[in-house]
Amino acid sequence: MENIELQRIANKIRKGIIISTFHAKSGHPGGSLSATEIFTYLFFEEMKVDPKNPHDPDRDRFVLSKGHCAPGYYAALALKGFFPFSDLEQLRHTDFYLQGHPDMKMVPGVDMSSGSLGQGVSAAVGMALAGRLDKKDYRVYALLGDGEIEEGQVWEAAMFAGARKLDNLTLIIDNNNLQIDGAIGDVCSPYPIDKKFEAFNFHTINIDGNDYDEIRAAMKEARETKGMPTVIIAKTIKGLGVSFMENEVGWHGKATNEEEYKIAMDELEKAGEALE
Amino acid sequence: MSNMPFEIGKKAATRDAYGKALLELGRLHPEVVALDADLSGSTRSEYFAKEFPDRFFDCGIAEANMAGISAGLASCGKIPFMSSFAMFTSGRNYEQIRNSIAYPALNVKIGASHAGITVGEDGATHQCLEDISLMRTLPNMKVICPSDAAEAYKAVIAAYEIEGPVYLRLSRFSTVIAHDDSYEFRLGKGEVLKDGGDLTIVATGLPVPASLEAANELEKEGIHARVINMPSIKPIDKELLIKAALETKRIVTIEEHWITGGLGSAVLEAISEDAPVWVKRLGIPDVFGESGPAAELLTKFGLDKEGIKKSVKDFMNS
Repeated sequence: MENIELQRIANKIRKGIIISTFHAKSGHPGGSLSATEIFTYLFFEEMKVDPKNPHDPDRDRFVLSKGHCAPGYYAALALKGFFPFSDLEQLRHTDFYLQGHPDMKMVPGVDMSSGSLGQGVSAAVGMALAGRLDKKDYRVYALLGDGEIEEGQVWEAAMFAGARKLDNLTLIIDNNNLQIDGAIGDVCSPYPIDKKFEAFNFHTINIDGNDYDEIRAAMKEARETKGMPTVIIAKTIKGLGVSFMENEVGWHGKATNEEEYKIAMDELEKAGEALE
Repeated sequence: MSNMPFEIGKKAATRDAYGKALLELGRLHPEVVALDADLSGSTRSEYFAKEFPDRFFDCGIAEANMAGISAGLASCGKIPFMSSFAMFTSGRNYEQIRNSIAYPALNVKIGASHAGITVGEDGATHQCLEDISLMRTLPNMKVICPSDAAEAYKAVIAAYEIEGPVYLRLSRFSTVIAHDDSYEFRLGKGEVLKDGGDLTIVATGLPVPASLEAANELEKEGIHARVINMPSIKPIDKELLIKAALETKRIVTIEEHWITGGLGSAVLEAISEDAPVWVKRLGIPDVFGESGPAAELLTKFGLDKEGIKKSVKDFMNS
């Protein structure tokens, strides 16, 4: 798929993020927007998944370890055809299936329930282990937040994956540099991220996580790396695509009001038109 | 199935039965895998590990990760049995079990050995007295606490057939086996070991044989106690408990667990709406455990035959 087509999908995902969180009056737009290019590339270029056969045992797996970015994940799944895009308007509503954090029992296309930070990555390791055991060639992808890697469990999982040489596993760190209490370097710095993973026997790749050429090259490199798992440290901009959300920590977990919603959607509409 | 490796009258620990049953399940079912956190010798998952090294994963001393890996394996159709000490695989990784296993109802079996004060000399840090409480509070979770090795063997084999997460509470301490191969473990069912009309003793796990012995001796002193073995704590045998409450009016619960949140609490919850009667809970009071030989600790906390006899007599006289 050409980059321009991916950009058009990403624009729709961004609209989905703003629409769903606006109607939910809550949710996490900032980290969903920073990871939009990653969601787009994974679901529309990289992964073998089929909305008509969501439980295909040979499919690639994805775990959103930073589960609070469900708005971006759900928008990608909806555009891929797992459920209607209009359902996003009922995110987080009572008696509706789109839970605030990914729920594998309720949401079509979700491979693992997640949301408690640090836990999804272990599940991804288990999936990679199962794939190796069954001699299947599916790959497993997990997206983690950069603040999330402050959780000790991430490093337990990384130690195991490195020790077991799980080369069917790709971790992606959404390095938007912000967590709820501020810049990750100020709160409790996980830097240097690449050197840490290197020490845990990972192949490490640093990229601009909002650039399709760099994402494409990194995913290819990860697929071709044998004998060790790969981590892609994707430098991103939190809130990307909505001017007043960009690099603003206040938009980590807050929905737009009526006025902000109109401005955000107007900006995204114009950005979308520019891609036509 | 009659591969029961445990003989009535002989001594063994329920963890031994877990190891043997897990090995048997491994032989029967290729989708069974086992995980441990550097305690495979103690939990007896080493029996499985030796025969099926490709299906055994030692996670090192990282129980939280072990729970998550088990969830991932289960999501791909495997049936993982993850083992550690009860303290570390109900307490340490409680939230991982909650959110990664119980919430998505994944088919993970938790083999938790060294439960209770009978861990003995290791002392309070290793004496898990709250695991029944923690695990039974979780939706989708089943909680099983076998009373001897034969029952444990049957329960582990049965756990394979139960869809969804199962917590198996196991002991390090060897006790005399009271069940034989004809015994059938049934989820949600208690076992009446002795009939009686004056009160009902409901026990789970390791103190069950002492409870029965105590009741048999009390019989000679004119106290006719019904004795129920309750290996299935969640779901619990509500019908059997209500019947006992209505017929005997008094209940004594006995467990090697804190008296808050465990079997005693589960019994109270089961009967309180339909047959509220006077209930005395025996177990570990609101204090931490301590170091000492297992048998001495059972005596100290009144969970041996003499202690149970005394508590029952006091209760009947009060």
